[in-house]
Amino acid sequence: MVLHTIMTSLPDLIKAGAEYTIPLAIISFVFGLLLAILTAVVKLIPKPQSNFAAFWWQILQAIFSFYVWLFRSTPLLVQLFIIFFGLPNAGVQLPAFLAAIITFSLNTGAYASETIRASINSVPKDQWEAAYTLGMTSTQVLRKIIFPQAMRIAIPPLSNSFIGLVKDTSLASSITILEMFTVSQQITAKNYQPLLMYSIVAVLYAIICSVLTWLQHYLEKRTSKYVSKEGVMN
Amino acid sequence: MIRLEHVDKRFQQHHALKDVSLDFPENQTTVIIGPSGSGKSTLLRAINLLEHPETGHLKFDDLDVDFSKPLTNKVKFAVRRKSGMVFQNWNLFPHLTVLENITEGPRVVLHQSKAKSEQRAQELLKLVGLPDTGKRYPNQLSGGQQQRISICRALAMDPEYILLDEPTSALDPELETQVLRVLKDLAAQHQAMIVVTHNMDFARLVADRIVFFEDGEVLYDGAAKAFFAAPSGRIKQFLEAITLG
Repeated sequence: MVLHTIMTSLPDLIKAGAEYTIPLAIISFVFGLLLAILTAVVKLIPKPQSNFAAFWWQILQAIFSFYVWLFRSTPLLVQLFIIFFGLPNAGVQLPAFLAAIITFSLNTGAYASETIRASINSVPKDQWEAAYTLGMTSTQVLRKIIFPQAMRIAIPPLSNSFIGLVKDTSLASSITILEMFTVSQQITAKNYQPLLMYSIVAVLYAIICSVLTWLQHYLEKRTSKYVSKEGVMN
Repeated sequence: MIRLEHVDKRFQQHHALKDVSLDFPENQTTVIIGPSGSGKSTLLRAINLLEHPETGHLKFDDLDVDFSKPLTNKVKFAVRRKSGMVFQNWNLFPHLTVLENITEGPRVVLHQSKAKSEQRAQELLKLVGLPDTGKRYPNQLSGGQQQRISICRALAMDPEYILLDEPTSALDPELETQVLRVLKDLAAQHQAMIVVTHNMDFARLVADRIVFFEDGEVLYDGAAKAFFAAPSGRIKQFLEAITLG
């Protein structure tokens, strides 16, 4: 009986996961990460020396700061509702999937930008100076010297964001997207087995997140090969 | 030739460089000595534009940098193309292998080919007595080895001058000697160097010229022989203060 329920519901759940949950998470994370890098860099580059450029640069920095504040200070579910249900009032009607991608990307970008900013700052200033004296431009220093070192530090907290995002995609059920959690609700409505159904879907989320955890360990290892093996704590 | 004219730099409360004018002739080793906090490092860093004095000029061959104006990237690049810097804590790039540390500048900045830059890096590693370390990471090497590699990194850019900011202050005497031997060899080959150091034996042995610096001012600027042969006044006092017995 239990096995039968599992076997009949799994195909639909896995299909929903492959079609919506996983693409939602991956696409949003990629866009979120790009947005986060952009935001972090804008916030880190000091204002230019000329008055005119400095004015506009500060405005730009203020806009990015406002964005980070806004998305960290409001609930994700509310953001999702505003963008999908609210924006049509302002004449912007977005398909549910696109609305979800936009919301999740903006939300992830806001949190991850702080992670990236902190990890860039954690690379000693000496590294910038050493690279500058070789004649590198700021962009070259960032790309070749700072980012590779910052990424090593950013991997654990960014993995946190990614894993959080995978689970947060379940909120997309509230804006009509047929992702895993929505499908589990639909099946439950037919077979009246909420404990079993929601447990199955929980296990599926856990499996996806376990893969990500494994990926995190792999990336940590790969990017840490230049760091001495001994740990800090004994 | 490097010429500083009326260079002045203040940090909030501290007047680091007081209207400093100095020449650093080509193909010579100039050693800058003086007590801690005297502005020696600030002076050296200003030559590489890591510090930006408020006024004065830096003349580097045909380049004329006016410190009272904002420094453009083009000017910074032109100055740094001609001078390499070696830091007290070497500041190697920890995520790159020894070979990559040396080839990164030539490849990224000078667009040299991988093969060419690696060949040059191997030559430089041999020169400082560290062949066969190319594939290792900096943290697998001793401080003295890392500092010698950072000298290779500077040399790989073929600079006219190498600026060394207390290159051996963080090393024990044995490792220090390894580094100083390399610098002595470079001086013998007439590689122009400006060295900030506290090591008087090194200054005595290698310097063509001495600049004695205190409280943001140049108290002596001349031949090394004369500096040590007939010190007087504050310099005599300084040399006596740092000598045992």
